Amino acid sequence: MRRAHFKFSWIVPLLLAPQLLVIFTFFYWPSAQALYWAFTLEQPWGGGNTWVGFENFRKVLSDPYYWGSVRVSVIYALATTVLAMGMALTLALFVDRQLAGYRVWRVGIIWPYAVAAPAVGLAFQFVFNPGAGIFSFINTLAPGWWDLSKYPWQAVTAIVIAGAWKQVAYSFIFFLAALQSIPRSLTEAAAMDGARPLRRMLDLQLPLLTPTFFFLLVINITDSFTDSFGIVDTLTGGGPFRATDLMVYKIYSDGFRGFDYSGAAAQSIILMCLVMALTFIQFRYIERRVHYT
Amino acid sequence: MTQKLATAALALLATAGSASAEKIKFEYWYGLTGDLGAVVAETCNRFNAAQDQYEAVCVGQDGYEKAVQNTIAAFRAGKHPTLLQSFDAGTADLMLSGEFYPVTKLMADTGVAVDWADYFPGIANYYSSKSGEFFSMPWNSSTPVYYFNKDHFSKAGITEAPVTWEGMEEAFKALKASGQACSLAYAPSSWIDLEQFSMAHNIPVASNNNGYDGLDTELLFNTTLHVQHMENIQRWMTEGYAMLRTQAAGKTARDSFVEGECSVFFSSIADHNTIHKLKPAFGWDVQIIPTYEGVERHNTVVGGASLWVLSGKTEDEYKAAAAYLAFLATKEEQQFLLENTGYIPVTKSTYEALLAEGFYAKEPFINRDIAMKSLTYTEPTELTRGIRLGGMIQIRAEWTAEVEAALAGQKTMKEALDTAVARGNEQLARFAQTYAGKSFP
Repeated sequence: MRRAHFKFSWIVPLLLAPQLLVIFTFFYWPSAQALYWAFTLEQPWGGGNTWVGFENFRKVLSDPYYWGSVRVSVIYALATTVLAMGMALTLALFVDRQLAGYRVWRVGIIWPYAVAAPAVGLAFQFVFNPGAGIFSFINTLAPGWWDLSKYPWQAVTAIVIAGAWKQVAYSFIFFLAALQSIPRSLTEAAAMDGARPLRRMLDLQLPLLTPTFFFLLVINITDSFTDSFGIVDTLTGGGPFRATDLMVYKIYSDGFRGFDYSGAAAQSIILMCLVMALTFIQFRYIERRVHYT
Repeated sequence: MTQKLATAALALLATAGSASAEKIKFEYWYGLTGDLGAVVAETCNRFNAAQDQYEAVCVGQDGYEKAVQNTIAAFRAGKHPTLLQSFDAGTADLMLSGEFYPVTKLMADTGVAVDWADYFPGIANYYSSKSGEFFSMPWNSSTPVYYFNKDHFSKAGITEAPVTWEGMEEAFKALKASGQACSLAYAPSSWIDLEQFSMAHNIPVASNNNGYDGLDTELLFNTTLHVQHMENIQRWMTEGYAMLRTQAAGKTARDSFVEGECSVFFSSIADHNTIHKLKPAFGWDVQIIPTYEGVERHNTVVGGASLWVLSGKTEDEYKAAAAYLAFLATKEEQQFLLENTGYIPVTKSTYEALLAEGFYAKEPFINRDIAMKSLTYTEPTELTRGIRLGGMIQIRAEWTAEVEAALAGQKTMKEALDTAVARGNEQLARFAQTYAGKSFP
């Protein structure tokens, strides 16, 4: 059997080189360094390190607070993903139906994605502030009910809402693009068969969206594990009493604030493995239900 | 062609000529932000204007923590500044790394005369080695005090601001009886409630004389009077005298005080200037932090930051840095800092000169030197020199998280402090392992 193949050409490695160089410099090299540090105790100001084997991992994994951090990270990732994708899909369906003013909404809804995470956190600080924010209204009805410094679930809710708000825009663009790429003839045929808008959404548009849906699921989950730092830092600072100490935030506070580079490196490796495992699971089990047609 | 070459050569000569006449530059990274950061930048301008030999290039780093983090990153890349403003909790690693130029040595090597004995012992001890050599240059210094609402106090019939915790509790009761809903705006602060509290009571925070005598140190604060004190604070909260006032709870303690909501709050003397600027609509004053009855009061220690000279720079840069440090230590420059911030003088001669001039007798400086009383209450003992612990930032964070959990009713205060100690000890053990075989100089 003859196999089609390209002749080797220097053009190929030449064209790949810049991209590979960037990936090597900004991903493989730091990752390798982190992997090395994870097995040593690194002195922050240089001056050498000690090999400690799996000691850093043992310490991290035997820490009950670390598992608390893993738990809240998973909750945060799932909740923001569901919330963000749900809102994005709803908005995209409305914009796709070309309701009044849809051109304005189409642009307007994309904007939040351009806002930096710390700015989002800061904005939501005003929203959620128990003394002066929008939510303080609740406290005028039921004094002391809303207090981010006291109730862990409220703090988690706050960062989930802020995180989801930021991610809605990204998912929205993709959902809208996917909806608009559905051939009009399909929709029209369904309409002629007597399917009303809601029915068309459920039986026609949503099934055709599954590839986009799957793509966004993977991206959103990965993003909420790695990109939540800014929101936590400005909104809750990991509190109250570590309730919002997400894995990525803990890496920052142990590594950069506490100068424990090795412990933070070990946590980064664990986080990387966790995100990889989750992505693998999604590809293995969810992608089966996706139809790319 | 020859003409072109000649012009090029001339141009080269010209630049070389101007380069030799250029000032010697050195870089200084500082952590203070906002108004205080502007004061730092102003000291650089003043220095640059005062002489034409050196030029200080001062770069704000958006906070003490970031200043240290950025400097470490730059240091590892060989692009660090000559001078770094660092807070105490961030310096244990720097001390053990040895990557700094002790200022006593720097001044001696560069021929700048400094009267080291002129520094207040509470400040000198904090920033120097066991042999009395200064590691870093004291500059912006403070110590905690408490601020009280004079109007509330007189309405409640309190004539004198209490200096004992027993007296404080009486004051809380009197305030409540006078119709004051919140006596104390409380925000957990390991610096005040744990570290300075332990200094004032001459009780240990950790073994090995608070870490000075070795790296195999263990925390002890779950066995001292500190536990009872934290339990008291918790009790005052449940009894309705104290209220939690933090950013996360919606309002900081200082805002609560300035608005006249709560009558008392604890903070650094550096806030004295800020509160003046915020112009509260009532009379207010400051008092030294209370101690418990039956305990002999001792000195508190200095807070704030000091200036570190880092290794790996040229002789010229060191000369320039030394000149800047000597400039900051003059009475004139200390006074400039004092007038524009709430910080305190670091040398005895400056303080005495200011007293003689009546500096502390006029607003807004009246009573600001109560901090000096606190700082110099006794000569520092083995336990009140300061604290020298690795991983101090994490230990503080553990303490804060645990105390907050206890105050929210998740566990008892004793359990919280036990956990903070156990977790802090793990940090200390890690630190000792990282720097095996070394000890604080």
